[in-house]
Amino acid sequence: MNVNFSESELNFQQEVRDFLNTKLPKDMAHKVKNDLHMDKEDFIVWQKILADKGWAAINWPVEHGGTGWTSTQKYIWGNECAVAGAPAIVPFGLGMVAPVIYTYGTDLQKQTFLPSILNSDTWWCQGYSEPNAGSDLASLKTTAISDGEDYIINGTKTWTTLGQFADWIFCLVRTGAPEVKNQQAISFVLIDMTSPGISVSPIYMLDERREVNEVHFENVRVPKANRIGEENQGWTYAKVLLTHERTGIAGVAKSKDVLKKIKLLASDTNDFGTSLMDNPIFAHKVAEIEIDLLALEYTELRTLSAISTGKAPGPESSILKIKGTEIYQAIDELKMEVAGYYAVPFVTEQFDPEFSGRQVGPKSAANSAPLYFNHRKTTIYGGSNEVQKNIICKAVLGL
Amino acid sequence: MDFSLSDEQQMLQDSITRFVQNDYDFYDRAKLVKSELGFSADHWKLFAELGWLMVPFTEDDGGLGGSAADLMVVMEEFGKGLVIEPFLATAIIGGGLISKAGNTQQKETLIGAIMDGSLQLAFAYAEPNSRYDLAYVATTADKTAGGYVLNGHKAVVLNAPVANKIIVSARTSGDTNNKDGISLFILDADSEGVDIQSYRTQDGGRAAEVRLNNVNVTTENLLGTEGSALPTIEAVLDRATLAVCAEAVGAMEIATAKTVEYTKTRKQFGTSISKFQALQHRMADMFIEQQQAKSIVLMAALKIDEGGIEASKAVAAMKSLVGRASRKVGQETIQIHGGIGVTDELDIGHYFKRMTMIDLMFGNSDYQTQRFSSL
Repeated sequence: MNVNFSESELNFQQEVRDFLNTKLPKDMAHKVKNDLHMDKEDFIVWQKILADKGWAAINWPVEHGGTGWTSTQKYIWGNECAVAGAPAIVPFGLGMVAPVIYTYGTDLQKQTFLPSILNSDTWWCQGYSEPNAGSDLASLKTTAISDGEDYIINGTKTWTTLGQFADWIFCLVRTGAPEVKNQQAISFVLIDMTSPGISVSPIYMLDERREVNEVHFENVRVPKANRIGEENQGWTYAKVLLTHERTGIAGVAKSKDVLKKIKLLASDTNDFGTSLMDNPIFAHKVAEIEIDLLALEYTELRTLSAISTGKAPGPESSILKIKGTEIYQAIDELKMEVAGYYAVPFVTEQFDPEFSGRQVGPKSAANSAPLYFNHRKTTIYGGSNEVQKNIICKAVLGL
Repeated sequence: MDFSLSDEQQMLQDSITRFVQNDYDFYDRAKLVKSELGFSADHWKLFAELGWLMVPFTEDDGGLGGSAADLMVVMEEFGKGLVIEPFLATAIIGGGLISKAGNTQQKETLIGAIMDGSLQLAFAYAEPNSRYDLAYVATTADKTAGGYVLNGHKAVVLNAPVANKIIVSARTSGDTNNKDGISLFILDADSEGVDIQSYRTQDGGRAAEVRLNNVNVTTENLLGTEGSALPTIEAVLDRATLAVCAEAVGAMEIATAKTVEYTKTRKQFGTSISKFQALQHRMADMFIEQQQAKSIVLMAALKIDEGGIEASKAVAAMKSLVGRASRKVGQETIQIHGGIGVTDELDIGHYFKRMTMIDLMFGNSDYQTQRFSSL
């Protein structure tokens, strides 16, 4: 039993570092490291750099243009990206819909959609949640009524992240009769966002940013050829997507990086004549979070180890999600605490990379409260932490 | 022992409750937050007409008594409606400093103007490196022939963007963090050399960085005795701390009630989510936290009104507990609301924001716990 990387893994790590060092645009890393606002182009530029290298799709099989990496390689990749300040991959195309297409799609669907996803030529968004279907996703009400070769779609999807940029949306829609048991009447369809009858309205978050949207469908005509797999089997495909290997879900590398930065900031913050880092109460809190993070790192490594010996990821991903988000939120609080009074100003212009005015307070303080507010979403989205606990209760504890 | 409100307090509470319920719609407030002034001048006029601006002042100053218990009653109701009008900065803090340290002439001209609604004030005490240390004053006031010249940078000064006058703490002697040698000056906001960089705050208010570049004042601008302002500052900010804690109690009450209401209407898995015991217990905890907070605010108000050395310790205890309680209530109210809780559109997220910012003001929970154990 050992935790060391093999020689080839160490070589791979070096290759990743060299690549990030030469190919990750410095201004982009600066934005990521300083919590500045990213625009659509930033994400696309980075994903295209990855596509050129053949590293855009770390989870895809090689035959479709994936890397074929082992879980350890993916882990190394995630760590190095966090340390270097690489932008997160927008997951909806590369991470979410593509696995469903290459696993359950027809050859024509694969040829049509996968290359443009791999090369980030199309921007995808997700149409799952609805105003009255959140944690209970299977109760969704958007209908797809058969009309010859097409479906006619009506309903509203919500929390559609960055849907304002999207060219395509993948949706769960109700194709079966209402009396059919919820999950067995749902189909998985791909919809062109330029279709007549689609409208997108913004939802502003607590940081006043347009991050999510409502997408309304009014008699939207979608060819049945855009349905994935069998009619009424969409839930099965979606579940595969939801349990799809989620490397880095715990966000350990990012949390470690931010915590390191907080310790430096606190060492530099006056607290009654000494530094805040010398304040025993503050130091105690930092230490506890650091310890939780160490344990989480090994929980993640145990999961990876199980995957590499051929076991499917099970409810461990729920532990990673719950603890990962809780720790992340605790770190947000620490950052705000370091900022003190300077967490109070809300000067949104400062998050613009082009900002050249007089900075209010330290740069590290400016976005501390908006991030704390915004990141409350992490324990809510992707299956709320309550839903994750239900999964553990059912799948592990047998309750 | 009798914790019931006096007739006057009851009337005051009723009139503010009516105002918040009938005239303080959340969506109108959202417009005010983004307006040029940042609050409603009409509301402020109304506060003056109804005598609310007289509440923080003693009868000697022409006010209605000025007890901490009165402030508690007002602020708790304001907290329920997330009232953004600058009652705290102008009437409680600015007015408090003048009432405590001002000479007869300053009191007569300024307190009257606060009460009739014509004067807005800001208190510039914190500095970029001061954190919660009130004795840390790097801003200097050097003697000149006719008075003083002020230089320094004051951080996150609440209400400075609209204040007619700014009260500044500055050092007339001693090293940066000496307890002695701190003086208060009251200056016109448009004095030469006063640079005000205005901005919005996270919780819908307004504040500014105030930079003083060779601002010349006369001895008439001095508020209180030269060099011995710290006890005044501490006493006034203790009352301000009580005020924001009472506000947090009101905000927690509404946040808890709204959460309970929401879970009754939100249906998932074929039932109201209020039926889930996992959520019920968490809402019971929110209620308990709010009640504990309400109790400790009452305790601190009574200790302040008694006067004496126990007041500061009571305030530290109160702020420590209220910080922890409002953190818990705020986080739970968002989590239980789910996605809708993190949107700008719904009021609940704004209660969360305000409660979060209150913890950062006048020393956060950890700091106040340490202060409590050291007093």
